[in-house]
Amino acid sequence: MHRERGLILHFEVKAAYEGDCFSDSMDLRMSDLTKLTLTAALEGLESKAFSSRELTQAFVDQIETSNGVLNAYVVTTPDKALAMADASDARRANGEALALDGAPLGIKDLYCTKGVRTTACSEILGEFTPTYESTVTQNLWDAGAVMLGKLNMDEFAMGSSNETSRFGPPANPWRRDGSNQKLTAGGSSGGSAAAVAADLCLAATASDTGGSIRQPAAFTGTVGIKPTYGRASRYGMVAFASSLDQAGPITKTVADAALMTELMCSHDEKDSTSLPVETPRWRDDVHKGVKGMKIGIPKEYRVDGMPQEIEDLWQQGITWLKEMGAEIVDVTLPHTKYALPAYYIVAPAEASSNLARYDGMRYGARVQGGDLTGTYEGTRASGFGEEVQRRLMIGTYVLSSGYYDAYYLRAQKVRTKILQDFQTVFQDVDALLTPTCPSAAFAYGENAGDPVQMYLNDIFTVTANLAGLPGISVPAAIDSNGLPLGLQVIGKALDESACFQVAGALEEAAGFVAKPEKWW
Amino acid sequence: MSDRASYTIKGDTGDWEVVLGLEVHAQIASKAKLFSGASTAYGAEPNQNVSLVDAAMPGMLPVINRFCVEQAVRTGLGLNAKINKVSRFDRKNYFYPDLPQGYQISQFAMPIVGEGVIDVDVEPSHGDPAYSFPVRIERLHMEQDAGKSIHDMDPDATYVDLNRSGVALMEIVSKPDIRTPLEAAAYVKKLKSIVVALGTCDGDMEKGNLRADVNVSICKPGQYEKFRETGDFGHLGTRCEIKNMNSFRFIQAAIEYEARRQIDIVEAGGTVDQETRLFDPDKVETRSMRSKEDAHDYRYFPDPDLLPLEIDDAFIEGIRASLPELPDQKRARFEAEYGLSRYDAGVLTADAEGASFFETVAKGRDPKLSANWVTQELFGYLNKAELELADSPVSATQLGGLIDLISSDVISGKIAKDVFQRMVDGEGDPADIVEKHGLKQVTDTGAIEAIVDEVIAANPDQAAAVKEKPKTIGWFVGQVMKASGGKANPQAVNKILREKLGL
Repeated sequence: MHRERGLILHFEVKAAYEGDCFSDSMDLRMSDLTKLTLTAALEGLESKAFSSRELTQAFVDQIETSNGVLNAYVVTTPDKALAMADASDARRANGEALALDGAPLGIKDLYCTKGVRTTACSEILGEFTPTYESTVTQNLWDAGAVMLGKLNMDEFAMGSSNETSRFGPPANPWRRDGSNQKLTAGGSSGGSAAAVAADLCLAATASDTGGSIRQPAAFTGTVGIKPTYGRASRYGMVAFASSLDQAGPITKTVADAALMTELMCSHDEKDSTSLPVETPRWRDDVHKGVKGMKIGIPKEYRVDGMPQEIEDLWQQGITWLKEMGAEIVDVTLPHTKYALPAYYIVAPAEASSNLARYDGMRYGARVQGGDLTGTYEGTRASGFGEEVQRRLMIGTYVLSSGYYDAYYLRAQKVRTKILQDFQTVFQDVDALLTPTCPSAAFAYGENAGDPVQMYLNDIFTVTANLAGLPGISVPAAIDSNGLPLGLQVIGKALDESACFQVAGALEEAAGFVAKPEKWW
Repeated sequence: MSDRASYTIKGDTGDWEVVLGLEVHAQIASKAKLFSGASTAYGAEPNQNVSLVDAAMPGMLPVINRFCVEQAVRTGLGLNAKINKVSRFDRKNYFYPDLPQGYQISQFAMPIVGEGVIDVDVEPSHGDPAYSFPVRIERLHMEQDAGKSIHDMDPDATYVDLNRSGVALMEIVSKPDIRTPLEAAAYVKKLKSIVVALGTCDGDMEKGNLRADVNVSICKPGQYEKFRETGDFGHLGTRCEIKNMNSFRFIQAAIEYEARRQIDIVEAGGTVDQETRLFDPDKVETRSMRSKEDAHDYRYFPDPDLLPLEIDDAFIEGIRASLPELPDQKRARFEAEYGLSRYDAGVLTADAEGASFFETVAKGRDPKLSANWVTQELFGYLNKAELELADSPVSATQLGGLIDLISSDVISGKIAKDVFQRMVDGEGDPADIVEKHGLKQVTDTGAIEAIVDEVIAANPDQAAAVKEKPKTIGWFVGQVMKASGGKANPQAVNKILREKLGL
């Protein structure tokens, strides 16, 4: 590889790099550029320590050597990436650098990208190549970011292990100590999490309907935030469950997450559920500390059969926050136990309608049948995977005449109760602390045969979706098997600031610097 | 006002009545679609007016067109209906190639307009006089139109044109207050006159911009009254819905056929199946489209891509303030201001052009005479010639000129009809026609006396007889008019005849 010729770069950066601060100067190999955080890379670009082309080439090379094993990307766009990098370098040379100028990113395959195949990792979209760009990705390109390719995900974001992807699952860069068994990177944003953890992009877009950003982040030692529902536009995101879907990033640090979220979010008139609010400068909240904050600990999140290590992690988080001057308050969210069942009614119901457009008539794959019904049946039977079909059937059932009131309507009432629970506790506390997931990353196939076991992955994360609240997962510990574990901070609606503040403090206290040992 | 006409159909087991409720789809006169910016222009090449949203591309989202909301509220106000400040869009789910999303966005549970009432005017027919009756409006809601499936271009394939996909419709649902085919047509005419006056729909039925579904059921005399007292549909027969009719004639013919069909079934001991039927104008019959058994389960639920639609009093009052004079208000004004009958006022105010034409004609002239000439002669001619008022060969100014000639005794009413015919034939202004053809009325008593003398002298027997039977003077009037070429002033002729005959 021409990158290994020993080119040495000399530059000064002050931002965190794998937990350390760069001292006044340091030497860095080109191949190490991919290990930078987004914030550090932007500073390197700004100080002209390296060009976006050099940075982008480093990622293109990493992807080329690693993706065959990790399967994080389902489409790579190296030519486009290098062209965007050159354009970025030209802007910077002219003193016109933008907020993310020259930063190479991975894009979840859920986002429609103009001229680049977008399938939501489903067979039914065939070779669908949009003629339009999602608002979130457009915001990133408008900020100067560089696109490396499209990232693996569960088909239509339905899954917690990325095993339902038409392209097969990505591998988690993390493995259990002493084991060669491949683990899932979580789902549905498994490709995004794997790519960030394995340094195949500086940061990635992801999306979260029931935990699809936060759970993969927790499984891969990365940071993931789902902002308040309506903060980021859904225009151009392949829909799963419209009232729950929300865009967010997966990044290496809380500061990176704050920056990415700032740039992804915007009010968009093309999305009627987009909130007409200003996007704050969340970067400024990350290092504010938690002194004087009141943090709630919801007792209902202490579930039966939760591993002791998760309980210990949670206690550790509480201790850290106390030590940093936060007040810890025990709170109750009594309707939490109904969240998962309500979620698995609302989300499939909306999906059953949202996915009706995939009928083989206008785009995507079509299986021609003898008549119209035959074509519908053939197209949808072969185009949708098993899990998607399961949810479409559940969704169709719960909306059916005679069942609507018992299922969908009741689930919506539960949703209101859950929101009210949160509103009540948020009168007293600034944020809530919970574990992100009830376990560390699991192996392929471990939960694949049992949908209910798989759905339990979302138990701590779905509540934030049902209530539309912001939730962030921050890596906080390594378990006894050597796998990362995450803590979740849930904030009030539109109070991402509190999430970033608490997450920043936890990140600092945990000093989480572990990276997976490279085996790929 | 006269009582409502009764409509009974004779069956083998006695008389039957019909009960009718209508669902009228009116395309909102908007340049853009309900949830996308695509054009609604008629006559574009197939699939030219289709946005990414209309084609249901992945990740595309609907955004409500504010103009369409205004038109729906405006129409609601025109229907004297309750405006719901919170309404909601629901998805009606079913698969069809001309429905790209796999669902239609409609307002199922919470429509933007609630209950209202309008007065419907029925024209005289088969000896029944004109009358008006109230129809209660149940609701008005907004929804998307579907695309168009074209089955006859290829023996093996169906083509789909999505130009109409997403076009904004208002569905106006009546209560079952309509009792005759003529009333059904009159109801649609009234709705049309209201939406056209409001400018919320162009009312073009030929293009399908206004079309009606009719729910038809039959019952025995007395049952309907029980239904109205109790609200229990059990007193009425099973209803069938006849879809998508776009002419008044079809609406009436379909109801007549459908009522007879239902009566025949019931009298033969059968039961009417609740179903959706199509009217075939060529065969003048209705055919089953789909029965209740294979009716779709539409799985309605609130569209999560759209927030509830909330409007405030200021929005509603702003629209109310900009409402034009509506047909009913105009009719009331015409009755009061011009002293016209309710029926004539109704005919003249059925559309804005007709009303404005009349007002031009009637300005400074005898209103009743003006109304007669506009409704009887001009509208009569246009109807026969199948012309729109806009294409009338006679302008309002010209018709006014003709009336002036009558009022100033220059010509008689009878001659005026001849002049009118010449105006229709394109001979120009009435005064010129009268001049050119020498049609001026003879009011010179000397000239008339001479003719009268001639006629009496030539008919001594009749002159003697008329003294016994004074009513036969009409014969003499006729003879004198004939001899004058119709130009003699009839009043003068009458007066002189009476003098000369000693009556």
